[in-house]
Amino acid sequence: MAENNIKVMAASGDQMVAEAFRQANPDVLPVYPITPQTIIVEEFDRFVAEGRIHTEFVPVESEHSAMAAAIGASAAGARTITATASQGLAYMWEELYVAAGMRLPIVMANANRALSAPINIHGDHSDIMGCRDSGWIMLFAENAQEAYDDTLISFRVAEHPDVMLPVATTLDGFITSHALDRAELMDDEVVAKFVGEYKPERSLLDTDDPVSYGMFANLGNFYMENKLAQRKAMDASMKVLQEVGDEWEQISGRPFEMVKTFGMEDAERVIVVIGSSIGNARHVARILRERGEKVGVVGLRVFRPFPAEQLVNALKGAKAVAILDRTESFGGEGGPLWAETVAALTKAGVDVPCRNYIYGLGGADVTVELLEGIYEDLKELPAQAAKHEIPAVAYRGNRS
Amino acid sequence: MSWDISGYEKWTWDEIPLGAMTLEGGTGVEHKTGDWRVKRPVWDKEKCKNCLFCWVYCPDNCCEAKDETMVGIDYEHCKGCGVCAQVCPFDAIHMMGEKDARAEEEGEH
Ligand code: SF4
Ligand code: SF4
Repeated sequence: MAENNIKVMAASGDQMVAEAFRQANPDVLPVYPITPQTIIVEEFDRFVAEGRIHTEFVPVESEHSAMAAAIGASAAGARTITATASQGLAYMWEELYVAAGMRLPIVMANANRALSAPINIHGDHSDIMGCRDSGWIMLFAENAQEAYDDTLISFRVAEHPDVMLPVATTLDGFITSHALDRAELMDDEVVAKFVGEYKPERSLLDTDDPVSYGMFANLGNFYMENKLAQRKAMDASMKVLQEVGDEWEQISGRPFEMVKTFGMEDAERVIVVIGSSIGNARHVARILRERGEKVGVVGLRVFRPFPAEQLVNALKGAKAVAILDRTESFGGEGGPLWAETVAALTKAGVDVPCRNYIYGLGGADVTVELLEGIYEDLKELPAQAAKHEIPAVAYRGNRS
Repeated sequence: MSWDISGYEKWTWDEIPLGAMTLEGGTGVEHKTGDWRVKRPVWDKEKCKNCLFCWVYCPDNCCEAKDETMVGIDYEHCKGCGVCAQVCPFDAIHMMGEKDARAEEEGEH
């Protein structure tokens, strides 16, 4: 095994994703730049220009074309990547389903960003949560290091024969995509060995053994069976994710936990959160715990497949739970993280009062006071629940 | 077809090909789409100059050519979209109602 020359970088999450993409040695990158994903594209373009990598870099005219080209390239048997954000991801929407339905192991980075209107270039989860039913595996990095690790893990999971699904490896716009962070870059050879080579079973360009993808499956013609196969593959990806993550831990020394916990050995009041805000919540919980308050954090790194079992286990001792969504689901009972968490708890028969908060939309600040306020609210929640008076979904961080 | 699909009606989710693949090329030949047609393109050999515009434009590969010469229309697969009639620069293809065309055919027999 090659020597693992670890390089400690002061790098943004976007830079680290670009490095991971370079090290995975993809065949094709069709891409359209959009803030805050742009650095990924610029960096990767530089690697190509410098001759450090021989990926076919296809600067397309829109994100719709980017995903169309990615689908074509992947069906042809190429290891295919792309990257986008916000309106770009929204513009790809119909094709996200095509990529998943055709079982194409595309790896796409998304720098999570708000959606218009009003126009806003900053971080939230409106874009990525909008495609949570598209059949893509979805990973959420907390920081630049996780963005790098998740991206490398993604290739192995996507291309695994039991999975064969596209993966969105995501990082929060600006907070993670642009802010400089400490991150370790592993040795090129070590990563190459870990990621391995992609050997597709079939190729659209193989004229000796011709195939067509995504054929007509109308009434009674296997549409249900194809969808069930996707669900089974998504279920199977849970085990593969953990296996590949554990293997990466052996190399990197960093554990891959789908559900990260802080203070949960005795926490009664808990914040459930996803993305970069896990760090903010941990910081606030640490301050409060130093004052003797029994608070904790449960952070998710994986949203699809939803790690229900680990999440429920983490929340078993909780007395009051705040679930934080960085996106809206207008008119719904709560945001997507809330809905999934409550469903998982209900299914497992865990009876703990949960309250949903919408925060940080359009990059709105996630302050110490905001999170302290939520922990403070939770003191009232068990009594409110006993009277069947859990307050409706509430906004935090807005002017009121 | 060389791809064995016997008993396919009973295939379950783990027996169907991954990604709704068809594991063989040219299977469209077996799928006769000609009965979708409402209007039929009728080719006039006398007017035709073999420019092969129709052959290039037909979205269903139904304008048949051999040795750079137009030979006719494949009615088993032609869906009657009328593109060939539109693009023909010499009015060598006109569209007629499929019903009328069939009645005419029957009359001839
Ligand atoms: S376009 Fe008209 S003239 Fe040209 S080959 Fe076809 S039928 Fe003949
Ligand atoms: S009508 Fe349409 S499908 Fe039929 S031959 Fe003409 S172009 Fe082709």
